[in-house]
Amino acid sequence: MTMARTVATRRSFLGHSYNLVGVVAALVILAWTLVAIFAPYIIPHPIGDIVDDDYFGQMRQGLWLGSDYLGRDMLSRVLMGARYTVGISLAAVSIACFLGVVLGMLAAVTGGWFDTCLSRFLDAMNSIPSKLFGLVVVAAVGSSIPVLILTLAVIYTPGAYRFARALAVNINTMDFMTVARVRGESTAYLIGSEILPNIIRPVLADFGLRFVFIVLLLSGLSFLGLGLQPPLADWGALVRENIGGLPFAAPAVIVPSLAIASLTISVNLLIDNLPQKIRDRDA
Amino acid sequence: MKSGVLNLVVKRLGIAVITLLIVLFAVFFATSMLPGDTASILLGQAATPEAVAGLREAMHLNDPAILRFLRWLLGLLHGDLGTSYANQMPVAALIGRRLVNTMELAAITTLISVPLALTLGITAAMLRGSLYDRTVTVLSIGVISVPEFMVATLAVLLFAVYLKWLPALSSVNEAHSLTDLVRIYAMPVITLTFVISAQMIRMTRAAVIETLSTPYVEMALLKGASRSRMVLRHALPNALGPIVNAVALSLSYLVGGVIIVETIFNYPGIAKLMVDAVATRDLPLIQSCAMIFCLGYLLLITAADIVAIMSNPRLR
Repeated sequence: MTMARTVATRRSFLGHSYNLVGVVAALVILAWTLVAIFAPYIIPHPIGDIVDDDYFGQMRQGLWLGSDYLGRDMLSRVLMGARYTVGISLAAVSIACFLGVVLGMLAAVTGGWFDTCLSRFLDAMNSIPSKLFGLVVVAAVGSSIPVLILTLAVIYTPGAYRFARALAVNINTMDFMTVARVRGESTAYLIGSEILPNIIRPVLADFGLRFVFIVLLLSGLSFLGLGLQPPLADWGALVRENIGGLPFAAPAVIVPSLAIASLTISVNLLIDNLPQKIRDRDA
Repeated sequence: MKSGVLNLVVKRLGIAVITLLIVLFAVFFATSMLPGDTASILLGQAATPEAVAGLREAMHLNDPAILRFLRWLLGLLHGDLGTSYANQMPVAALIGRRLVNTMELAAITTLISVPLALTLGITAAMLRGSLYDRTVTVLSIGVISVPEFMVATLAVLLFAVYLKWLPALSSVNEAHSLTDLVRIYAMPVITLTFVISAQMIRMTRAAVIETLSTPYVEMALLKGASRSRMVLRHALPNALGPIVNAVALSLSYLVGGVIIVETIFNYPGIAKLMVDAVATRDLPLIQSCAMIFCLGYLLLITAADIVAIMSNPRLR
């Protein structure tokens, strides 16, 4: 966890000190976000067009990342893939964290049978291996973008719930909570104005970690052919499509893998290098 | 005091059984949500409505879902896993040999990765902050931050494409000699070992570091014990519980890893069988495979919890 801090220089910005590794990681994430938003305007070739006479072409001028198994431009396909990988993961992690955190705070404040039943049920959900859950759902209802987002959200809600509940339970024992209760505040006020501001920072760090898990699972499902269906292709699907190029070490297999790695490693590094105050789970 | 631990363990086992029931229920309903009627899928497009109705009756598809679930559960208890839709073979016969293959893969991976990860994790914790520790930490973060298929493709690129030491695909049927055997298992085992070890190293390192920061280890340091004595005699016995817990938890990642690894290396195991069954929508086969995976996963995380309970000296 502390590996980067010893080698990196510290700098101050907006009252927090950041270090170089964290800043670089944040820039990589920002770059992929911009790519995801503006992909249709910056791709050099339409993603369906065959622009190379050869398949699994090497990198060269004009085709900066080579061509895929049909001779399509790999750069354009990776840029467009960012849309699906980042977009679907972001939507899923937002739903998962929103549901998990709201339910977690509610359970901590309410307590009693509501807390017990919900915790038991979500713990049971947590005992289903995530890839298996994805496989079964895709087998049952088929694979489309809404189904993928909902499935990924459902898989990661129990974890977000557990994390938020553990934090909220600690806050719930504080004196100011008792005072607020005595004042006769509503549950919505207790959750929104008393608990949430006190747990928001670790919850955001958890959001980032869960985003990484979701990117990895989505890529894994797409790699198995159970995620995004052709002609749409996220990064996992791009690796699957071009796996035939592996014996020639074609860039078409390697580049999408590197794209996934750059995103997930950046998020992990950013969280590891966040100022202690934000990162600390019991802050 | 002993009965306190026993109580907690029994309680944990009870929770595991309830969880298993919920999981089975979820698997059953997810798979029976399949759009389209099972009977008409089975009989094909040319089936008459009467034939479909007859088959529905024969398969008890008109019964309420809860009744079908109980009947399915009763079948499971009798060892009857049902019949595959795709080729009309009993599911148990399809799974049998493949389950053995997957268990072999998991066993070999465990035998290699546990000693490897424990050694790396404990030494990294002992030499905390050194270049060695930083290298191990960065590498393990790297491996857990990338998808399993990327570890697999990199392993293929390195060992099969550049070095040409090993074949990229597995085929258990062609093993004639020991060298064949090594070559077949090598790639899947290498990939899985990387994935599992990375988790285990991180958790082991964290567990040992936590123990090293306790007052009694500081006491050992103050009375002049050597660094290795401090770790091996004072810290390790107390970190044993968390370490075994970490091992069991990491091994549960085998369940996810094996799905990717068997697919990419074409290894004839149960995970490959399940991925193929999803492609052909072979429900009884999916249900049985999912059940086996959940059972294995649940066993490992329950074992991890029980070890954590038993190793807590405050409960002993």
